[in-house]
Amino acid sequence: MSRLVSIHKGLDIRLQGLAEKQLKILPNSRIICISPLDFHGLNPKLLVKEGDSVKIGDPLFFDKTNEALHFVTPASGTVKSIVRGEKRKILQVLIETNENQEYKNGAAEDVSKLSSEELKTKMLACGLWPFIKQRPIDVIADQNQEPKAIFVSAFDSSPLAPDYNFILEGREEDLQTGFNALCQLTKGKVHLNIDAKNDSALFSNIKGVEINKFAGKHPAGNVGTQIHHIDPINKGEYIWTINIQDLVIIGNYFNTGKLNARRTIALSGSEVSEPQYYNVLIGTNLDGILKGKVKGNHVRFISGNVLTGDQKQQNDYLGYYHNQITVIPEGDNYKFFLTKGWLGLGFDKFSNSRLFPTFLLPKSKQFVLDTNTNGEERAFVVTGELERVFPFDIFPMQLVKAAMTKDIDGMENLGIYEVAPEDFALCEYVCTTKINIQDEIRKGLDIVAEECL
Amino acid sequence: MKFLENILHKMEPNFVKGAKYEKWNPLFETIATFAFTPKQVTTKGAHIRDGVDLKRTMMMVIIALIPCLLFGIYNTGHWQMVAELGNRNLPYWENGLDKFWNGSLIVLPLIVVSYGVGLGIEFIFGMLRGHSLHEGFLVSGMLIPLTMPADVPLWMVGVATAFAVIIGKEIFGGTGMNIINVALTARAFLFFAYPTSMSGDKVWMAGTETTKVDGFTGSTALGDLATFMSDKPVFQNLNGFTSEYSLSESFIGMIPGSVGETSTFACLIGAGILLITGVGSLRIMASFFVGGLAMGLLLNLMGGNPYFELPAVYHLVIGSFAFGAIFMATDPVSAAQTAKGKLVYGFLGGLLAILIRVLNPAYPEGVMLAILFMNISAPLIDYYVIQGNINRRLKRIKTA
Repeated sequence: MSRLVSIHKGLDIRLQGLAEKQLKILPNSRIICISPLDFHGLNPKLLVKEGDSVKIGDPLFFDKTNEALHFVTPASGTVKSIVRGEKRKILQVLIETNENQEYKNGAAEDVSKLSSEELKTKMLACGLWPFIKQRPIDVIADQNQEPKAIFVSAFDSSPLAPDYNFILEGREEDLQTGFNALCQLTKGKVHLNIDAKNDSALFSNIKGVEINKFAGKHPAGNVGTQIHHIDPINKGEYIWTINIQDLVIIGNYFNTGKLNARRTIALSGSEVSEPQYYNVLIGTNLDGILKGKVKGNHVRFISGNVLTGDQKQQNDYLGYYHNQITVIPEGDNYKFFLTKGWLGLGFDKFSNSRLFPTFLLPKSKQFVLDTNTNGEERAFVVTGELERVFPFDIFPMQLVKAAMTKDIDGMENLGIYEVAPEDFALCEYVCTTKINIQDEIRKGLDIVAEECL
Repeated sequence: MKFLENILHKMEPNFVKGAKYEKWNPLFETIATFAFTPKQVTTKGAHIRDGVDLKRTMMMVIIALIPCLLFGIYNTGHWQMVAELGNRNLPYWENGLDKFWNGSLIVLPLIVVSYGVGLGIEFIFGMLRGHSLHEGFLVSGMLIPLTMPADVPLWMVGVATAFAVIIGKEIFGGTGMNIINVALTARAFLFFAYPTSMSGDKVWMAGTETTKVDGFTGSTALGDLATFMSDKPVFQNLNGFTSEYSLSESFIGMIPGSVGETSTFACLIGAGILLITGVGSLRIMASFFVGGLAMGLLLNLMGGNPYFELPAVYHLVIGSFAFGAIFMATDPVSAAQTAKGKLVYGFLGGLLAILIRVLNPAYPEGVMLAILFMNISAPLIDYYVIQGNINRRLKRIKTA
């Protein structure tokens, strides 16, 4: 039985530079990087030192607070360096890849014959567990909790998002194995949420799962929105989520016995000369993808999408969870108030409000937006604007205020357990105050995690 | 505009922390950010941000107020001429330029005083707190003169503005933190501190006090209506009133009153601008009008007194009802902040405005008091709306 959910609130930010459906498979970059910073709240302890040689699947570090949770290398080679920051905090583990990729010994296994505990132990040890995240708090799932359901979104609705129908074409077998594994992990349902507009056989033929269709603007594809409309989280409950491309890596592992941690990412954005898809290794060096593909000389590289991604330099590395690289112009220039500034006509401005004439333009018009905040930080004055892009039965401004004032009771009452920072990305985009709302929600979640869970 | 940018760049080092004019940085920053949207970029979270900012939002309200301002200037000029000649039946649309010129001489000083005093105080607080001017007062500074009677002494406007900015806003933390509407605070302050300059039948037309014509009264529609509730009504019955103040004239605004409030037509143009741009809340405006109409109809049903029997539509076009509903009640900071709350807030505001207007002879106009009262009640309304959401969430746990 599939269920159709229509999302009426939200906003599609129409940016230039959507990736063409062409795929290029890139060889492994010479250096790859696994950064503990990609895993929020992780307290890493190293298992390798500089100069060690590693095979694919060898653990690099583990979590001190959850010692079973191992993080492995997706490539074989030698540990080139361990980059540390203040107080010797581990920032990056860099691995120099070698020509012949060697895999750690492993064998294909039938997941349906494994018990839930065996499956968990296996996934924790071979580095597949970090792909599974949990709500509340939006961190790597705690294997000791019993999730009431597992949610997988089969589409991404964020600006310039990659199309999973294209990316995962021909991976039906790995997908099915991945979902079989998820079914073993929970006593509840596994929900696969697909795009109502783009209903492909790839996803609708998956067995053993509950298929739900979602229609509407972004954030219809966000798993947080989907959970809220299908099976909202209450205090004390857990829901696990996983990105569908990561699920394919898991499925592939059980089908082949090898960790093949490659993913297809979309290179997109107005400053990219040939936006298209690339198949790369997790933690790959961005320079190999971006070289010769960037138009402007003053741009921002984002690993991820423009709403939730991380700012990177050209020689940095792809984030662990990211399926997209976006390149947009930097906006650190002054804008004269009558021409490009606050009192200008504003034909170049995209806004959720109707303060600029661009709201009259046809929906096909695409915009080039830069990183300028378009104004300074202010107190909350305008009301009702966050609600227009926030399809939850939650009061966004009140919840943000509760998070900013560290009001734990307020956050619990207003629904902090149901949200992740990414759910507030559009709120942050539209908000007149220019406050970093996602950051405030993250801090609020951290307080709640420490005090209440 | 490169040369202007260069001048600002050259001056900037003098105003940074530790430099000679560090103290004046808020002033410099205000001017610089007025002329140029700063080069500030996103650092965390969303890498792109909406084009909207508070400056543009506030500017839209000022633009929406322009029809009221222009009409107010003309209307003030007209009634000044009326007072001078002592002839209330003076043709409205004749000698237009003279009226507009005379009106400007009365209204523009009010605006200058309001902005001068208000912005001056805002700058002082900005310098004490080390932040540039926040835009809230740009709107309040325009609303204050539009709510004043034409004959109000300028010093009173200055005192009222100072009171409103300091007590109404800055002691709570500035723009976005105030509990009650700033412009209405200024008006309420004058209303209670200097009642003779803010009510009665001498203040609404400039020059009423000094006119040499004997027996001339500068009364307003509301003032005349209020006499129905006393022993000495101005008109024998409602027909007398409606022939003096016809519905269409009242709608266009050809009646005496505070500077900017008289023209429902001009207010509706403003409402159109606010609604198209999405700055003003349709929920509040519409429910305010519905509330006023409902109370008017209820009074019609009760009847028994010419004022009670006044057609309900009249209530919406005389006095400051439309101006209050469109520009005052919709102030997002002091209004209810939840969608449902806005409906309740607007409806009760409209209801109360007419209730006070008709039933309390001490206050010929009830809009100001109704909105101030609803400003105070807005957090309570929101509290119950939010509590409803919280209870829904708790219920889910129990049934799960």
